[in-house]
Amino acid sequence: MPVSVYIGTPLRRFTDNLARVEVEARDVAEALNRLSVRFPGLRTELFDDAGQLRRYVNVYVNNQEIEDLAGPNTPVRDGDEIAVVPALAGGGADGSSAAPARERVMRLTPEQVIRYSRHMIMPEIGGTGQRKLLNSSVLVVGAGGLGAPAILYLAAAGVGRIGVVDFDVVDLSNLQRQIIHTTDAIGRPKVESARETVRRINPDVEVVPYNTALSSANALDIIKDYDVVLNGSDNFPTRYLVNDACVFLKKPLVDASVFKFDAQVTVFLPGKGCYRCLYPAPPPPGAVPNCAEAGVFGVVTGLVGAIQATEVIKLILGLGEPLAGRLLLIDTLAMDFRTVKLRRNPNCPVCGDNPTITELIDYEAFCGVPVLAQS
Amino acid sequence: MAVEVRVPAILQSAVGGQKVLRVEGGTVGEILDRLDQEFPGVKKLLLDENGEIRRHINIYLNDEDIRFLQRLETPARDGDVVSILPALAGGSGDAV
Repeated sequence: MPVSVYIGTPLRRFTDNLARVEVEARDVAEALNRLSVRFPGLRTELFDDAGQLRRYVNVYVNNQEIEDLAGPNTPVRDGDEIAVVPALAGGGADGSSAAPARERVMRLTPEQVIRYSRHMIMPEIGGTGQRKLLNSSVLVVGAGGLGAPAILYLAAAGVGRIGVVDFDVVDLSNLQRQIIHTTDAIGRPKVESARETVRRINPDVEVVPYNTALSSANALDIIKDYDVVLNGSDNFPTRYLVNDACVFLKKPLVDASVFKFDAQVTVFLPGKGCYRCLYPAPPPPGAVPNCAEAGVFGVVTGLVGAIQATEVIKLILGLGEPLAGRLLLIDTLAMDFRTVKLRRNPNCPVCGDNPTITELIDYEAFCGVPVLAQS
Repeated sequence: MAVEVRVPAILQSAVGGQKVLRVEGGTVGEILDRLDQEFPGVKKLLLDENGEIRRHINIYLNDEDIRFLQRLETPARDGDVVSILPALAGGSGDAV
């Protein structure tokens, strides 16, 4: 039964510049094999050494990605069209890391295929990347200025499970920047408000609410169940607590802080430095005002939260270069973005060669101020 | 030799509200001395009583932390940029 195979432009140099080739086949694997017999140069383009279809080659049957059908075993019938489209040069997918089995077998619903189509159409993400997102989990510390936009984008992108830690309730003064919360949520716990908004944006996403302060008693237990941690906390004790817990649990930490019109953003990858390498100790209590005291340009938190979400999604997908080993400095008044180098400190008490702190400590005492006093 | 010193928002009140200053000096230490002459008290915000950089402050020459260069002895050249980076807490909740 002849089916028509559409050959993506970069592959046509192997098919005598033919854009369409007819082959006889019962399924996709047979069609691609026949194609490789007829055009031997194509084989190494399509298959790896183990004979698996390369991840940067997307194959469609009648415009549906085969990963959403039956993979290479997808049957084809007379008159069907198979399209073979490799990622364009410059794409991030290198075909080297095999996706866990559960991602291959999880099938997207027709609604999901449409919802995430603008992701999946990009070879760098595709169906495989979208499944990774749906199978991933991210813990967001703080549903405030940074957490609010970050959670919205993570949810829209289809991150399957988002844990949100925040003990606070929505206040009228939050709404100038904490865009996940609405006027009618004033007085309700932020985690509940965030969960409700996410449900309206994307029912695929499970929000796990932790309506509590993150503490030395609960941090490891909460963080251990997540792939990546996004820090949107607004005080030093929590910042050091989250850092140390992520070092101990070897979790990537996407960190940011804002002050008025400025921000600092970076990614700490396990074994490659931590917040204490950057700032070994907090400033003395009262030396650095918080947002309530100094004010904050609301939109800066949106910008920075979106950058954090970008880095989280890149980490989950293994795309591009993470913002690690670098500190991004943002000055929105000058609209100046600069990066400076960050290094792991071999003498770091937590992640150095001979760590002296090997379990969570009393962070209020370390910072000389009770957490609640900063609110 | 004049270098550009970038002062973060949090410290600008200590230097007359300025964000960028042109300061003369052959090393980062000399630049901080010069800055302190013009704005007395600034140095105390950056260095502790032993003259060490405070642990919640980083000082960069261009894109490199001077702790990994020659600390306050790090030479600065015309056109270099010295940036002062203090730890910031804000995630802009009110308390998490």
